[in-house]
Formats: sequence, C-alpha cells, structure tokens
Amino acid sequence: MENFINIFVQSVFINNMIFAYFLGMCSFLAVSRKVSTAMGLGIAVIFVLMITVPVNYLINKYLLQEGALSWFGDEYRDIDLGFLSFIVFIAVIAWIVQVLEMIVEKFTPALYNQLGIFLPLIAVNCAVMGASLFMQEREYSSVAEASSFGLGSGTGWMLAIVGIAAIREKMSYSKVPPALKGLGITFIVTGLMAIAFMSFSGIEIKID
Amino acid sequence: MSEKEPLFSAKNLKLFTDPFNAGNPITVLVLGICSALAVTVKLQPAIVMGLSVTVVTGFSSFIISLLRNTIPNRIRIIVQLVVVAALVILVDQLLKAYVYEVSKQLSVFVGLIITNCIIMGRIEAFALGNKPFPSLIDGFGNGAGYGMILVIVAFFRELLGSGSLFGIRIVPESFYVSAGGFYENNGMMVLPPAALILLGVIIWVHRSVNNKLLEK
Repeated sequence: MENFINIFVQSVFINNMIFAYFLGMCSFLAVSRKVSTAMGLGIAVIFVLMITVPVNYLINKYLLQEGALSWFGDEYRDIDLGFLSFIVFIAVIAWIVQVLEMIVEKFTPALYNQLGIFLPLIAVNCAVMGASLFMQEREYSSVAEASSFGLGSGTGWMLAIVGIAAIREKMSYSKVPPALKGLGITFIVTGLMAIAFMSFSGIEIKID
Repeated sequence: MSEKEPLFSAKNLKLFTDPFNAGNPITVLVLGICSALAVTVKLQPAIVMGLSVTVVTGFSSFIISLLRNTIPNRIRIIVQLVVVAALVILVDQLLKAYVYEVSKQLSVFVGLIITNCIIMGRIEAFALGNKPFPSLIDGFGNGAGYGMILVIVAFFRELLGSGSLFGIRIVPESFYVSAGGFYENNGMMVLPPAALILLGVIIWVHRSVNNKLLEK
C-alpha cells in the first residue's frame, strides 16, 4: 500500500509530466486559456492514462519484453519484440481513445458533451505516450503499480494545466511587455511554477 | 507535371528557410515542445535529437505526400501514426547501434518523437495537400528549425550549467571557487525549469526583433 501511495505522490509532484519532463506541452499551451476547459481536458487525460498505462503494461509484460512470450511455449523464450513497443503503444492508445469516445458517447452523453472534443486530441498527447514509455523504462513490478503511476501522472498533469489556466486568466489583466505577451510569458510562468514544484522533491510517505 | 520547376527554386528554398524565422515551429507555431526541452541539458543529445526529428519529419512528410491520394480521409490519423512510428523505430534502432551512449541519455524521448506535434502538424497542414518534393523540403526545414531552438537552449544550459560545451571545458578549472577562484556554475540551469524560462526569453528576443509576430 505504502508503495502505491509513494508512486502516486511522486508522479504527481516530483516527476510531474509537465514540470519535470515537459510532456503534453502542446495541448497544455493551447487549451490553458480558461479554467473550465483546462479542467475538462485534465479529467480526460486522467481517464485515458488510467486505462492505457495498465493495458500497455500487460502488453509489454506478456507480449513485447524479452522472454515475454515464454508462456506461449518454451521455444519462444528468446524472442524480444521490444523494438515494436513504440508502434504497439501508439496503436493501443489510439484504439483505446477511439473506443472510449464511443462508449462515453453511448452511455453518458452529458460527460461526452464535456469531454468529447478533447478525446481525439489526447491520442496524440505526448503525456499519454510518455507515461506508457516511462512505465516500460521504469519496469514497475505489478499492474497495480503501473495503474497508480498512470493515475498519478494524469493527476499531476491536470494540476499543472488547471494551475496555469488560472494564472493566465488573471494575467489577462496585467501589463505584460508586448513581445512577451501570450506564449513568452506563459513559458516563464510555467518555469516559475516548475521551480515551486521542485520544493516537493524528496518527498516519501512512510506508513507505520 | 505541366510546369517544370528547378529542384531548388526560390519557392522551395523559402519552404526551407521560413521555419528558421517567421514560421519557426516552436517559437511561432507552438508545436512540438513536448519532447523538446527535456533533452537540452547538454549540447550533444540536443543535436542528436534535432537531427532525429528532422529526419523523421522530412521523410514522414514525403511518404504521406506520396500516399496522399490513396489514404481514406477518415482513417488518415492512424495511417500517419503508423508511418511516423515506423520511421521512429528505425531512428531508434540506428541510434542504439551507432551512438549508444546518447541513445541512453535520450531514453524515452526518442519514442516520443511519434507524438511530437510538429510531425503531425506538418503532415496535416502541408504534406496532405502538396507534392512529395516540397513536402520533403518543408519537413526538413521544420525539423531543422526545431533543432535550432533545441541547440540554442542546450548551448546556454550547458555553458552556464556545467561550464562546458560538447563536454569540453570552456570555463577554466582554476576559476572555480573550489580551486580558489570566483566562479560557480549556475545550478539552476541543469534543472528542468531553466529550459522553460530560457525558451520564454528566446521567444521574447525573437518577437522583439520580428515585430510582425507580436500577439495582441
């Protein structure tokens, strides 16, 4: 349990997708003008990450890794399909996003109205692909760990985009030098937020 | 082809040079920042990353442009993703084979070239409606314009953060406080926030020089 909470907290605050790895910056900059839309996109990202990371974890563990195919028969023990992981991961993500869009549209039209426009955007969001690749690189030991990593990085991403959207809403009242207006100042503010987030580094939760 | 165009006509040249200034993918179009900044602590990985992106952008635009009349519109995103992913796998394998150390430093960011918005952006905006050769040039130009920003950011981060360039010491050892001198590396430069702030400053400078780009 302690382990899961730690993975979650670390991926929200310390290894934050945006502040530490700059992932998902494209939509981060494009959709952070209003808090409400930022919130919608953030929730959609959490949703997608919570599903894609564990699914990709299972695929990686039972199909792609070196020796992953040994359950299939002893002669397949030496096969390493690791080089296929990029193409498989992105296909899985695109597929899940598509299916998710259909399911949400069918069963919860209200939610679809809020998230619908964001879902197609997410297929090419670097944060989603990045989470799967980090999951592969860090070699989490169970599906539950991978899921808590997915949930954590989604939450961290949402926290960042909602935060910057709130700052940008307020910033429209302030006097920014003309050449910095818009993009420039957003980067600098993101940098300052990243510095603030660095104060979380080293956090570890101990449960006795 | 009705009109014959020279291989490097003025129009094609402009396709290549535009991304370095008024059409820069990062500072003007805001594309492809995703995987960009994390690899800019040192110059060498930044250059390798810039080259990889240039190659992938160029060839994926070229291939998609060749296929543009045969791809059904509804499934074009997935076709594009597959083409890009295949190219990225090639690049990744090449990097692993020839520059293993750098490929280790780049870690997941090579894979993230797939979801780099520049590539999809150029395919959607240019390659789907243009002939293969201009698309190739456009792709290379945009990749290179992107690489240029990476190199600028990496230059400052490595120089100020580690006192070296390409791993070669620029600030002499004797300047450092530890050796009785007065100089200290700026520790913040090697941390992620510095990349964001530097990029903000680059945009600031770029827009001050080129007034047409100001946002209202």
